[in-house]
Amino acid sequence: MSNTENSSTSNVIDIENLSLTFQTGDGAVEALSDINLGIEQGDFVSLIGPSGCGKTTLLRVIADLEHATSGAVKVNNMTPEQARRERAYGYVFQAAALYPWRTIAKNVALPLEIMGLSAAERRERIERNLALVDLAGFEKKYPWQLSGGMQQRASIARALAVEPDLLLMDEPFGALDEIVRDHLNEQLLALWAKTNKTVVFVTHSIPEAVYLSSHIVVMSPRPGRIHDIIKSDLPPDRNLDIRETPEFMKLANRVRDGLRAGHSYDVNQ
Amino acid sequence: MKTHTLRESFVPVVVVLCAIVLLWYAATVFLNIPWQRDVYERANNTDYSVVEMVSATMSQERPVMPAPHQVAQEVYKTTVEKKITSKRSLIFHSGVTLSSALLGFLLGTLLGILLAVLIVYNRALNKSLMPWIITSQTIPILAVAPMIIVVLNAVGIQGLLPKAFISMYLSFFPVVVGMVKGLTSADSSHTDLMHTYNASAAQTFWKLRLPTSLPYLFTSMKVAVAIAMVGAIVAELPTGAVAGLGARLLAGSYYGQTIQIWSALVMASLLAALLVMCVGLIGKLVNRRMGLAHHA
Repeated sequence: MSNTENSSTSNVIDIENLSLTFQTGDGAVEALSDINLGIEQGDFVSLIGPSGCGKTTLLRVIADLEHATSGAVKVNNMTPEQARRERAYGYVFQAAALYPWRTIAKNVALPLEIMGLSAAERRERIERNLALVDLAGFEKKYPWQLSGGMQQRASIARALAVEPDLLLMDEPFGALDEIVRDHLNEQLLALWAKTNKTVVFVTHSIPEAVYLSSHIVVMSPRPGRIHDIIKSDLPPDRNLDIRETPEFMKLANRVRDGLRAGHSYDVNQ
Repeated sequence: MKTHTLRESFVPVVVVLCAIVLLWYAATVFLNIPWQRDVYERANNTDYSVVEMVSATMSQERPVMPAPHQVAQEVYKTTVEKKITSKRSLIFHSGVTLSSALLGFLLGTLLGILLAVLIVYNRALNKSLMPWIITSQTIPILAVAPMIIVVLNAVGIQGLLPKAFISMYLSFFPVVVGMVKGLTSADSSHTDLMHTYNASAAQTFWKLRLPTSLPYLFTSMKVAVAIAMVGAIVAELPTGAVAGLGARLLAGSYYGQTIQIWSALVMASLLAALLVMCVGLIGKLVNRRMGLAHHA
């Protein structure tokens, strides 16, 4: 993470003065206002904030699924559209978004088929990435035969199979129960440590954000803007027990304070 | 579990069937009494019991309303007891109608899918094509059928194809409507996913839009196959066709053979029901294969 005013060109993601206004039936809604953010290779950045703060919209702008009204966004020094065409990122949705008519292996194969990889290469990547998310042996199962947590792991394997350096994750564990979520958080952290990928992770869980991130971006709503950027000083090889430590509590409190202050209607109205 | 579903589905079906048969018998007696009374009067027979009267109404040779068992006997006689090659075999006539209905259904389904794809991928075609497609279905088929057959005959197309054409004319419509809906019904996250992969339009069509539309396709094909059958029968009426269920209906009405008319009708509806069930079954298998039966 770097200061954006004079951001270096080595940043994976550079966002300058980004604003986005949706035109709705009730008039214009300012979803994002004056966002400045730089993300370096290997960062794990969480976007946290209440509903309607534009965190998902910001992620979708990076992924070229939404378009900025003004400002500049660079992904790998390219426009988001160029980056998307180069398949520079893997995107994990809130719902697993597996195709129900495809087996787990076939779902992981989907982006690989589109990329035009050979059958042998596809098989190798499917096997490797399903093993990585602990789903070896489930290749021939259909999504409905898997639990919610396993489905989400399959969707992560699908994103990883593209072998992107950048992983965009939109509340991937939001619909899962606490125990499964903890487990997947641990696995995701281990994966991040192992691969040195850059991760941008949307969540509204404070413990999840603090546990996973190297940087926490606290956002506030109406209009969506960045309230605070917190650099975590927790060691990279952390486990779930770290949540009981004072350092963790201190970070969590700072995030909580930021979220509270960002709620303008709590303070001003 | 098994006996429970049996009771839930089997019992109502049997009750409704019995009710229909009973109503049919009541109608037979009611509608055939005037003529039977006439017969007795002309024979100066005033000494008949109610039982005699009722049983007589069910055994007339050309009743206004044939009794169910008379129709059943006629169907049995003309299917099981007649050789298939015989001009009086109902199976022969069913085969003639069925072949043009199925050909028309096949062509109609293909045409419907093609039009739906054009409409979904081209905004201008959506605006310009859809009104004509809807208009085509507002014209009574009975009025168009003779013209189609005459026109096609003039260009040398005869036999199976003109009849199939009329079946196609009717059956492409539900397929267009269903497929336009089906091809645009993919989840937004599924569509976004294709976008993040930078998939081409063709890849998105084959890997997402077409699979998503299949349940809609089979639902509309169920409607299409039933009206393809109607189309084939209607096509046989104005042409004076010598073979087919429509021809049987026509011949029956020329000669007042009501039993023959009714047995052709029963055969037609049985065939249509069978076709709908077949398409439904295939649709169910496909849905299961597509993982859509397990959405809950």
